[in-house]
Amino acid sequence: MKLHEYQSKFLFRDFGIPIPAGQVAKTPAEARAIASQLGAPVVIKAQVHVGGRGKAGGVKLARDADEAHRYAADILGMEIKGLVVQQVLVDPAADIQQEIYLAITNDRSAGMPLIMSSIEGGMDIEELNRSRPEAIIRERIDPILGLNDFQTTHIASAMGMPRAHWRSFGSILRSLYRCYSESDAELAEINPLVITGGGELLAVDGKVIIDDNALYRQPKLAVQRDASGEPESESLAREAGISYIKLDGQIGCMVNGAGLAMTTMDMTKLYGDADNIGPANFLDIGGGASPAQVAAALRIILSDDKVRCVLINIFGGITRCDEVAAGILTACSEVKPNVPMVIRLQGTNASEGNAIISQAQIANIISAQTLTQAAQLAVAAAKERA
Amino acid sequence: MAILIDRNSKVLVQGITGRQGGFHARLMMAYGTKVVGGVTPGKGGEWFEGAPVFDTMRAAVRTTHADTSLITVPARFAPDAIMEAADAGIKLIICLTEHIPVADMMRAVAFCKSRGSRLIGPNCPGVMTPGQAKVGIIPAMVAEPGNVGVVSKSGTLTYEVGFAMKNAGIGISTIVGIGGDPVIGTTFVDVLEMFENDPETEKVALLGEIGGSAEIVAADYIKNAMTKPVAAFIAGRSAPPGKRMGHAGAIVDGGEGSADEKIQALEAAGARVANNPEAIPSLLA
Repeated sequence: MKLHEYQSKFLFRDFGIPIPAGQVAKTPAEARAIASQLGAPVVIKAQVHVGGRGKAGGVKLARDADEAHRYAADILGMEIKGLVVQQVLVDPAADIQQEIYLAITNDRSAGMPLIMSSIEGGMDIEELNRSRPEAIIRERIDPILGLNDFQTTHIASAMGMPRAHWRSFGSILRSLYRCYSESDAELAEINPLVITGGGELLAVDGKVIIDDNALYRQPKLAVQRDASGEPESESLAREAGISYIKLDGQIGCMVNGAGLAMTTMDMTKLYGDADNIGPANFLDIGGGASPAQVAAALRIILSDDKVRCVLINIFGGITRCDEVAAGILTACSEVKPNVPMVIRLQGTNASEGNAIISQAQIANIISAQTLTQAAQLAVAAAKERA
Repeated sequence: MAILIDRNSKVLVQGITGRQGGFHARLMMAYGTKVVGGVTPGKGGEWFEGAPVFDTMRAAVRTTHADTSLITVPARFAPDAIMEAADAGIKLIICLTEHIPVADMMRAVAFCKSRGSRLIGPNCPGVMTPGQAKVGIIPAMVAEPGNVGVVSKSGTLTYEVGFAMKNAGIGISTIVGIGGDPVIGTTFVDVLEMFENDPETEKVALLGEIGGSAEIVAADYIKNAMTKPVAAFIAGRSAPPGKRMGHAGAIVDGGEGSADEKIQALEAAGARVANNPEAIPSLLA
């Protein structure tokens, strides 16, 4: 789960990391009031879950409170990469002498936390990683021992941090590690960490991503979710406990298991790409799906009006095909799909499942034996209705 | 002998009195797996289908001399169960549990290494040596004994490929589900190395997916150290970047971990890559 910049920085502040004294505004009037209170100049920053908001005009420097009002009016309601800006952060403009990059993330191949830091901060870290990878200092942390002082000294020294700032840098790094660790973050990034003209260190921008699987023990963070940027169908699916991602194609996919769900999508693209036909979604109904869950999944798939055909691909292991078939019938009687459905049931109790489907004699249902055949039939059906 | 497990493996099921644990323990017993007992704190002294239930792994290992353990407990308790098994001296720990926080897994993986235990998973379907034993949830019907080793990040995709192989008359030495999480105990390379050294395995099928770089590292290993032919499939060619596709580890992040780069690396390493999982048997023929 992504946190907004302001949520990330307020979280940093809770762990003792110095941040600018800004506040969030939802209207231009609020932005003006915050700017007057802080004293100009201020920076008005769009709070949306996409990168590149600066280039899109979502970050502006205001010289006085009136300008803050005007720029906030420009930015609020602006659309950045399909997301509407609903709030801005009004921060006092920092006196920037030097910009530093500092982040802690999960190194998945090493299975350890990884600190990345660079004296050349401010820019896009992926760009820096491509152009000058040696400018990024990388230090892995033993997940059992945690961060040691010798490591913070090593990082400060290796990155070329001026000695005058080692003490405060070390303190910020230890706080960031505590923040990362105690918040179950998969990324805790300060970019830039600024050295001000007055010689202070200040986290001017921040990004935190929380491990979804740890939200159960992070109630204070879980409530900060902003789902406004996600399609309604994805919110519905999350509440129903179904793993669903909306895509742009025409074939709605219902599959058990994440790897097979991706594979089924790939197969519709493999056979449909030449005719611009592809998957409308990723959907994993999980193991042992109940009729209620199958019905919920079908409803979510059909809420996408681009869907021209539904492809149900179940390889029953734990999941029993006869139960899924019963679920499909229940779902069809409730949801009444108006598009063809290609159904392929294989594995545990597949023949029983296929018998249930064929006996029900529902119009628009096409049975398939193999995954290849199912994908080809679904593409043909979608093409016919395009 | 295959790899990791065989008919002589002595298996404990952590969570054997739970609904999931009990269901799969019965299927494992029916397959011929030696399930020598189970552990559920607070239920020590009970019996499960003729196998003793213990309160702790230490007591269970002391009595049964088990060498393998299967973890079926929920995500909140699974990291502790993994470490308990390693601490009790279990050499092979297989964890099915999905949705374990990454921070917990980093600690558990480090602890297993420090105790010399091999962890498979989490978020995996387990391990099966067809005709001998299965530890996990892989359905018996998807594989016959043979000489192709299968290693995979995904459950049902593995069943799909195993079933296609069976229909084509191709048998399997061992199936290893390594799991779809970002931090796992055993990687593709670990399993490829075991297959390379296993006299009963002649060829290998590798089933990967988007996210991370494990398939790229595997391609390096195939190129530099493997003599046995490898057929592969990578799921997620049609997945958009920046979106997590069901598995916690299945995400193309910052341009890294795409299906195309993995397919290219595997092909360059000499593996035969299928664009359709049902084509895997023809690449192994």
